[in-house]
Amino acid sequence: MTATAPTRSRAPIYEGTRIPYPIPTVLTTPPSVLATGDVMTVNFGPNHPSTHGVLRLVVDLYGEDVTGLAAVVGYLHTGFEKNMEQKTWWKAIPYAPRMDYVSYQANEYVFVGAVEKLLEIDVPPKAVWMRTLLLELNRIHSHLVWLGTSALELGAISMFWYAFRERETILDLFELVAGYRMHTRYFQVGGLADDVPRGFYPEARSFCDGMPKAIDEYETLLTRNKIWLERTEGLGLLSADDAIALGQSGPVLRASGVDWDTRKVEPYLAYHQVDFSVPVFPEGDVYARYRVHMAEMRESVRIVEQCLERLERMEGEPWIADDRKVVLPPRHELHTSMESLIHHFKIVTEGFRVPEGEVYFAIESPRGELGCYVCSDGGPKPWRVKFRAPSFVALQATATCMTDALIADMIAVVGSLDTVMGEVDR
Amino acid sequence: MSEWDALPGLVEASERHHETTLVVTLESLVDAATYLRDESDFNFLSDLTAVDYLGWGERAVSGYIGTATGRDLNNPMTQGYQAVPLPKPKRFAVNYHLLSISERPRRVRLQTWVDEGEAVPTVVRVWPTADWHEREQFDLMGIVFDGHPNLVRILLDDDWDGHPLRKDYPIGGEPVRFSGQE
Repeated sequence: MTATAPTRSRAPIYEGTRIPYPIPTVLTTPPSVLATGDVMTVNFGPNHPSTHGVLRLVVDLYGEDVTGLAAVVGYLHTGFEKNMEQKTWWKAIPYAPRMDYVSYQANEYVFVGAVEKLLEIDVPPKAVWMRTLLLELNRIHSHLVWLGTSALELGAISMFWYAFRERETILDLFELVAGYRMHTRYFQVGGLADDVPRGFYPEARSFCDGMPKAIDEYETLLTRNKIWLERTEGLGLLSADDAIALGQSGPVLRASGVDWDTRKVEPYLAYHQVDFSVPVFPEGDVYARYRVHMAEMRESVRIVEQCLERLERMEGEPWIADDRKVVLPPRHELHTSMESLIHHFKIVTEGFRVPEGEVYFAIESPRGELGCYVCSDGGPKPWRVKFRAPSFVALQATATCMTDALIADMIAVVGSLDTVMGEVDR
Repeated sequence: MSEWDALPGLVEASERHHETTLVVTLESLVDAATYLRDESDFNFLSDLTAVDYLGWGERAVSGYIGTATGRDLNNPMTQGYQAVPLPKPKRFAVNYHLLSISERPRRVRLQTWVDEGEAVPTVVRVWPTADWHEREQFDLMGIVFDGHPNLVRILLDDDWDGHPLRKDYPIGGEPVRFSGQE
């Protein structure tokens, strides 16, 4: 252990690197501490209410100090990637959102986007804007779940009810659009599965009007809250260099002072046409991650409003590409056109074919860099699908963040990395 | 492509779907990775993916290839003829998707080829985030990473048999009996 005792008020971000050696993801108890004979190994999880799912942490404790730590994952592994290889491209889409079951549309889009990149298909503007809108609503949804559960774990129970009140409204909006509250499967290769339903825009508008006020309420409860500050400030420190070396992305990276957002740097969808800013906080602690999440929700509301402005003027425009080799023909044509019927039959039974090749497509999911690698041999099924799960990578930083920390801080630190175990284990 | 000429062990640099792929030899993988990190600013390992190409090209693919322009008469792949995908040099490809978080943001795919029984040198010393990525590919694909400090299974049980993402791994399932069948 280093000489510096964990300070309770705003420890400054450290110099140099704190990544453990030789295994970057495992904190090992030093032999000198082990020799005292007072080290106790505690198994935390995998079934524990505050591990955000089934995360197991094997912790070495010396008193209340955490001297050793190893994260064990895999309890939720379901072989999604193998399953997707057995399905046609079309039928593989519903697997993607079930990985990260909190920001499902981001996962759905990254897979559909990767296939579209391989197909080189053009998506109509209405679908592009609607996707942008839904991805941002989904970001708010994901951040709300994070905020509610993380605050709940630190004792701020009321936050949970506040956050889930607005989450409910967002789920209602998803239900209005797609018929499902979660795992909407609304994105189709080439566009959207259906037109935007009547009445969606006014509902979304009224959500946007109320949301900034709701975020003000959350901030009133937490931002200046003495207990919240005590539990989050100066904890789980991660420097910018360490964050990049450990592959951290999203709010964790931006809370370490790195101004990086894929939406800005490599704009996809309509992000180059909307006005928003990227909140960056340099402190690198749990509190900074909280501030990034809060600020991002405000920015997302702004993006949703700009999308609504565009979409409201797109009434009657096509929502999916008119490419009969990939996209299902309109329903009404099936009764009159033999050609459409054949296309429909071919796509549904055999699946559409994707040209041979491999692509890697990355987006900014609520959790950070979400990538999808797709490889095709030219057939109707994917040869290989791989997801770069930001949660999986985020958990690698647990050991570094928990250097010189107390056991009671572990919940705050692990929570602040914002992981979803479904995505970690896939 | 002259930018990559100095890359150690470069076999081929290609550009497809607006993505750069750099194929390097297995022996010089770590040198190439270090070069890309230090000289070309690829400080961020976004993803590490192994692909099993067993059986690749044994199944001819024909018919309706969807492209933005529809069927192209000058491209046999889009006309409904049987076509076989291009053969691959070895059984497994290991892809490193790199990203440069810098003034000049860009991505590149570092690729190396490996056969059954060959080990890939680890890049944990180059990018610490490779730790779990390499463990995952070892676990699911059976790629051995030489020099990895903690190469054990990560997603599956420690006593699991085989590597499920390999193409010769049985997918299981229940046989379905139809009426009139014995």
